Amino acid sequence: MKILVAVKRVADYNVKVRPRSDHTGPDLANVKMAINPFCEIAVEEAVRLREKGIATEVVAVSLGPQAAQEQIRTALALGADRGILVQTDVALEPLAIAKCLKAICDKEKPDLVLLGKQAIDGDNNQTGQMLGALTGYAQATFASRITVATGSLDVIREVDAGLQTIAIKLPAIVTADLRLNEPRYASLPNIMKAKKKTIDTTTPDELGVDVTPRTRLLKATPPPDRKAGIKVEDVAQLVDKLKNEAKVIA
Amino acid sequence: MTSLVLAEHEKGALKGATLATIAAAKALGADIHVLVAGADCAAVAQAAAKVAGVAKVLVADNAAYDHQLAENTALLLAELAKNYTHVLAPATTTGKNVLPRAAALLDVQAISEISAVISADTFERPIYAGNIIATVQSLDAIKMLTVRTTAFDPVPAEGGSASIENVAAVHQSGLAEYKGEEVAKSDRPELTAAKVIVSGGRGMQNGENFALLYRVADKLGAAVGASRAAVDAGFVPNDMQVGQTGKIVAPDLYIAVGISGAIQHLAGMKDSKVIVAINKDADAPIFQVADYGLVADLFKALPELEAAL
Repeated sequence: MKILVAVKRVADYNVKVRPRSDHTGPDLANVKMAINPFCEIAVEEAVRLREKGIATEVVAVSLGPQAAQEQIRTALALGADRGILVQTDVALEPLAIAKCLKAICDKEKPDLVLLGKQAIDGDNNQTGQMLGALTGYAQATFASRITVATGSLDVIREVDAGLQTIAIKLPAIVTADLRLNEPRYASLPNIMKAKKKTIDTTTPDELGVDVTPRTRLLKATPPPDRKAGIKVEDVAQLVDKLKNEAKVIA
Repeated sequence: MTSLVLAEHEKGALKGATLATIAAAKALGADIHVLVAGADCAAVAQAAAKVAGVAKVLVADNAAYDHQLAENTALLLAELAKNYTHVLAPATTTGKNVLPRAAALLDVQAISEISAVISADTFERPIYAGNIIATVQSLDAIKMLTVRTTAFDPVPAEGGSASIENVAAVHQSGLAEYKGEEVAKSDRPELTAAKVIVSGGRGMQNGENFALLYRVADKLGAAVGASRAAVDAGFVPNDMQVGQTGKIVAPDLYIAVGISGAIQHLAGMKDSKVIVAINKDADAPIFQVADYGLVADLFKALPELEAAL
């Protein structure tokens, strides 16, 4: 089984990103960038399948500026075999990303494409589903467990009501939820080894994909401010405030 | 201009998320049609026809749409969407699973989790865990949207008398099969519909200690939620998680107990009307958004709170 895994370069999850002062977009100047946490979980799952002998090759793909190579290197250090960078300075929307990944699927012919369920920058939660539509593959989003069978997968999904199990035919798209696994830390020898692995570079143009944005960001503003309130002394005062001041309990 | 709303339903009942999504469609000012896709869903279609403001209900009642599996439902939705200017689904795990797949079939860039309608093509939505509100204009011919249900007041479930029309199209991809689900049973209100929520975090230390929260919740008629840390640690199941990638809630009262207040958790609850934080660490970030903060040991404070209510 060949696995394609998509990784996105995003602001580190510990950073509280704010809008630029002119409200034209997020202020990412001097912000630490990292691999999207859900993508990291997807990589870990691919590598585990490789280690179990179920997968034969894991190819990590990223789309973005040249610096996105760093996130591909992270995936390679975790155990992916080689990388592909689709280089562009256009801020890609999920549909454009899915179209580029579709073009790569046509070339690489993976049995399984693993992605994070959402990226923590745009919070879109769309790319995997869109790739499913464009490839015509089955999809299992929000995966918390994957079991590989012959020609199919059983996937447990985290849904609003609890956990849902579906069986999907291969080739398939799976998007990782938080509890699919706990990603390992890359060891120093593996980080060194990753530097020798191949990263091929292509572009949306070469893939024949038009990535012209379909939406326009008119404004990026801070959310309504929420100020800290007061500290109460004890439970009695808390209950009194909730009853008589906030009037939210009877 | 006409909008099509994908109904969320379960076990023959129309879910509240649908009513909030219809409210978003109403804000667009267009006529509103509702699509009920499922198996044996005639009762849901009847309920949808009674919702205030709905002009027509389309019902696709076929085994192919049972559990609204994404592959089949997206094909159906994409086929019907061609007759509409706007297609909306609630930003639930079902809506988020289906709508983007349908959008890509139509070569449309969907817009996720809209929190306000500015005009027929312009919407607000939170990005970066709610730290930025983006105003986004869609340039596509059909606007495909998922709706943050806490941001719209649900329309009344009664008062309408829409016509019901059967949709004959059957899309059976054969790619996916539903095998079962594990659903936590609870007599408490659903998290996304509750007026009061009591949530526990890592500070609860284990799953048994959540009993302290349940007792307080039952006094308040509240739902019980959890932080990611508590779910990851296995204290409680995933459906209780509140946060950026869990459930988004905005109750009248949110009581956070033993929750430090990571930005990912705040993203899921900071639109609550009144926030209470109980934490023994006076420097916990949760206090920066709490209207009322109590610095205390939760194992002492919770029994006191239960007794005082």
